[in-house]
Amino acid sequence: MNWAETLRAGAEAVRAHRMRSLLTMLGIVIGIASVILTVGFGQGAQDKVRDQIDALGSNLLIVSPGSSTDSGGMRGGFGSATTLTLDDATAIADRTAAPDVSRVAPTTSTSTAVTAGETNWTTSVVGTTTDWLDVRARTLTSGRFFTDDELASGAKVVVLGPDTASELFSFGSPVGQTVSIGGQQLTVIGVLDSSGSSDSGSTEDDQAVVPISTAKALSGSTSGAVSTIYVEAASSGTLSAAYQEVQSLLATRHGVTTAEADFSISTQESLVETANSTNKTLTVLLTGIAAISLLVGGVGVMNIMLVSVTERIREIGLRKALGATPSVIGRQFLVEASMLGLAGGVVGILVGVVGSWVLPPLIDQPVTLSLLATVAALLTALALGVGFGVYPASRAARLTPIDALRSE
Amino acid sequence: MSEPIIQLDGIRKTYRSGTLEFEALCGIDTAISEGEYVAVVGPSGSGKSTLMNILGCLDNPTAGSYLLAGEDVSTMTEAQLAEVRNRRIGFVFQQFNLLASLPAWRNVELPLVYAGVPRHVRRERAVAALTRVGLADRTENRPGELSGGQQQRVAVARALVTEPAMILADEPTGNLDSRSTADVLDLLDELHDAGRTIVLITHEKDVAERAGRNLVISDGQITSDNPTARAGVSA
Ligand SMILES: Nc1ncnc2c1ncn2[C@@H]1O[C@H](COP(=O)(O)OP(=O)(O)OP(=O)(O)O)[C@@H](O)[C@H]1O
Ligand SMILES: [Mg+2]
Repeated sequence: MNWAETLRAGAEAVRAHRMRSLLTMLGIVIGIASVILTVGFGQGAQDKVRDQIDALGSNLLIVSPGSSTDSGGMRGGFGSATTLTLDDATAIADRTAAPDVSRVAPTTSTSTAVTAGETNWTTSVVGTTTDWLDVRARTLTSGRFFTDDELASGAKVVVLGPDTASELFSFGSPVGQTVSIGGQQLTVIGVLDSSGSSDSGSTEDDQAVVPISTAKALSGSTSGAVSTIYVEAASSGTLSAAYQEVQSLLATRHGVTTAEADFSISTQESLVETANSTNKTLTVLLTGIAAISLLVGGVGVMNIMLVSVTERIREIGLRKALGATPSVIGRQFLVEASMLGLAGGVVGILVGVVGSWVLPPLIDQPVTLSLLATVAALLTALALGVGFGVYPASRAARLTPIDALRSE
Repeated sequence: MSEPIIQLDGIRKTYRSGTLEFEALCGIDTAISEGEYVAVVGPSGSGKSTLMNILGCLDNPTAGSYLLAGEDVSTMTEAQLAEVRNRRIGFVFQQFNLLASLPAWRNVELPLVYAGVPRHVRRERAVAALTRVGLADRTENRPGELSGGQQQRVAVARALVTEPAMILADEPTGNLDSRSTADVLDLLDELHDAGRTIVLITHEKDVAERAGRNLVISDGQITSDNPTARAGVSA
C-alpha cells in the first residue's frame, strides 16, 4: 500500500467518523487557540509597559522626593514630601558639579481646571523649563514650545497635550487661542505630539505645560519645591556616572548620606525592571493557564484517540486477516492522527490569530502573537494526537489477528 | 494423490487465562491435499475453530509443526504471514466480519489493496467477484443494507477475489436460512470444481455430506477421518 493510497484511506476514515473527528479537532483547536491568546495577552501587556517607559525619553534619570530604601521600587509617594527644590535642579545642571548631565527639567504638577470658552477640562498643569521638551523626548504637532525669555518673565503661555487640545478645542487649531487657568488668561502657543505610548488614556497626552515661573504664579506658591526633576545623561554610556553625580550632589545639598536619602532616583531600566517583575507574575499565571488548557485539550485528544482505536481493534484484526502488515496498520493510524492533528492545529492557529485581531479593541488590551508559543502548541497537540493514536494502534497491530478479531 | 498443501504434525494449542490452562487441541496430525474439499465436524467446544484459525495463520499453535505448501509457518515473519494470508488464503467467517462503513465492493477489494493491485483493476475485480456471487446489483450497498445471506455472499466474494488456492470457512452457513445456505454451498462447490482447496467447519450433517472428506474432532483430537459418498464423484 503506497502513501497516496494511505493518505486517501486516512481522509476517508476521518470523514467516515465525522463526529469523532470533529471532537478530536475541537480539543486541539481550543488548546492551541488558548495558548496563542493567553501568551499573546502576557506579551502584549509587557510590550505596552515597555512602550510607556520608552516614551518617557532616553538616557533619563527621574528624581523624586521621598526615600526608596526597599528594593521593590519607589516608596513615599510623589508630592508627599517636598524635599526637592528648584535650586537642586539648578545645582544638577551645573556642568562642573555634574559633568555627565546634559539637561535638566524640574517640574511641578497640579491638577487644575482649564477653560476654553464654555468648555471645562480638568488636567494636570505642569510647570517646567525649556529643556523639558528634549529631556522628555517630546515633539510638537503645531506651534512652538516656550522660550527662555518667556520662562524668565513668567509669560502667560501654554503648550497643550494632544488629548487636552482635542477636549478643549473640538475643531479649529488651538494655537493662538486663549484658555483660562485659575482665573488667568493664557495663550496656547503649541500642541504636543502623542507620546507614542500605546495606552490611549495616558496622562502623557493629557497635560498643559507652562513655564515653571508661570505655574508658581498660577498657584500663588512662593516655595521653590518641585515634584520631579528629570535629568538627561549625556549618553546612555554615562547614565550610571550621571546617576552617581546626581545622587552625591543632592545628598550633600540635603545634608544626608546616600543610604538615608530623602529623595529617590529611578532610571528607565529600573522602571522596566519593576514593571517586568509585576508582569512576570502575570506571565507565569497566563502561561500556567495556557499550559492547563493545552493539557485539557491534549487529554481530550488522547481520550478520543484511545477510544477510537479500541473500538477499531476488530477492524485491525480483520485487515490483518486480509493481509495488512503491522507497519501498514501503523501507517494508516499515523496518517489519520496527523490529519486530525494538523487540521485541528491549523484551525486553532486561525482562531487564535482572528482572536488577536478581534479581542484587543473589545477588552482594551493589546495581544502580541508569539511564534514560539504557536509552534510549541502546534507540536504538542500533534505529538499528543499522533502518540495516542499510533501507540495503541500499533499495539493492536501486534496482536494475532484472531485476538484482535475477538476483542470486545 | 497430489502434494499436501497442509501438513500438520502434533499441533497443540493451550489457552491460558490466569493460572487456568486449557488444552483446546492435543496433538493433531493430518494432511490435506491440493484440491480437496474437507468438512470439519464435531461437538461444540471440541476445537474446530481453534484448528481453523491455526490453518489460516490467524493464530499460532503452542506446539507442533505446520507446513503450508511445504513451508514451515512458525519460521515466517509477521510480514510474510500477512502475505500468506493475503495471497494463499480466503476466509469466510461465521460473523461475516465486513466493515460497516464501506460499500460492498470496497469490502471485497480490501485484500487487493494489501496485495498492491492498482485502483482501477481492483474495482473491476471486486465487481466481477460480486457478480459471481449474484450481487452485481448490490455493489454500492453497505453491509447494513444487506440481508444476512447477502452479507455472507459479500464475504465469500471477498474470499475469492484474490483467487486464493485455499478457502477456509468457519460455519459460513451458521447464521443463514436454508435458501441462503444452499446459495453459499453452491458457490463453494463451484470453487472446489475450479480446483480450490476448501476447508469448511459445520454442525450440519447435510452440509458435511457435500464435502469429499469429513474430519471429526472431539476434545481436541481427530477421532475419525473418512471420505464421504461424494468423494469418488469430485476428487
Ligand atoms: N481465547 C480463548 N481462551 C480460552 N479458551 C478458549 C479460547 N478460545 C477457545 N477456547 C476454548 O477452547 C475450546 C475450543 O474452542 P473452539 O472455539 O475451537 O470450539 P469449536 O469447536 O469451534 O466450538 P463451536 O462449534 O461451538 O464453534 C473451547 O472449550 C473454548 O472454551
Ligand atoms: Mg467454532
